[in-house]
Amino acid sequence: MSLARVSIQTNDFDLSQEVAALRAGDKRVGAVCSFVGTVRDRNDGSSVSSMELEHYPGMTEKAIEAMIDEAHRRFDILGARVIHRVGLLQPEDQIMMVAVVSAHRGQSFEACEFLMDYLKTQAPFWKKEQTPEGARWVDARVADDAALARWGISAPNA
Amino acid sequence: MKVQVRYFASVREALSSSGEAVETRAETLAALRDELIARGGAYATALARGKAVRMALDQAMSDEAAALSEGCEVAFFPPVTGG
Repeated sequence: MSLARVSIQTNDFDLSQEVAALRAGDKRVGAVCSFVGTVRDRNDGSSVSSMELEHYPGMTEKAIEAMIDEAHRRFDILGARVIHRVGLLQPEDQIMMVAVVSAHRGQSFEACEFLMDYLKTQAPFWKKEQTPEGARWVDARVADDAALARWGISAPNA
Repeated sequence: MKVQVRYFASVREALSSSGEAVETRAETLAALRDELIARGGAYATALARGKAVRMALDQAMSDEAAALSEGCEVAFFPPVTGG
């Protein structure tokens, strides 16, 4: 049975366990590259006491599956795993992770960054922060659109 | 035709609704957005032209020219901010 490539969940995750599962039994793997996003206690000049993550069930999974398919087309990678949490999170909490395995490091570094740039601008998640000034929806960043454009994909979000 | 419309994040809050079935003559996402804006009130504000509203058709990001079909699922939401 192949492992799930995408999980949307409220509970936390363990990167080590996920990487171990991703490369288990595959002797071709010589490189693992991963990224973990975490909740900061400051954003746009305000302190952040908590964050609520909303998503579009169904579309989220489809969108990320499509991103992983695209990463396989573009890069010589052997596998990828994305976990994204939803619900209420606190500063220091893990928000999401991407892990990619390949034979050599170059392809997994690139694929990991590609998946992050894609996810930041095209996966239907929304963050709402609690600050001393009240709750506010996080604004999308133009810089994230520019990051995606580097890969030749023009799909402005912000 | 009848389409299922869904709202997320700040759009959902502004409309106090996570979605509704809409009977429409609109043939495209753009025309449906205009119909909803024409309701006035919160709809006119939340979906206003010039406002950053992203759309999905049958759970895929779509531009406004996308054609609607009977029973399709449409979503309106602000720019995404995951990761």
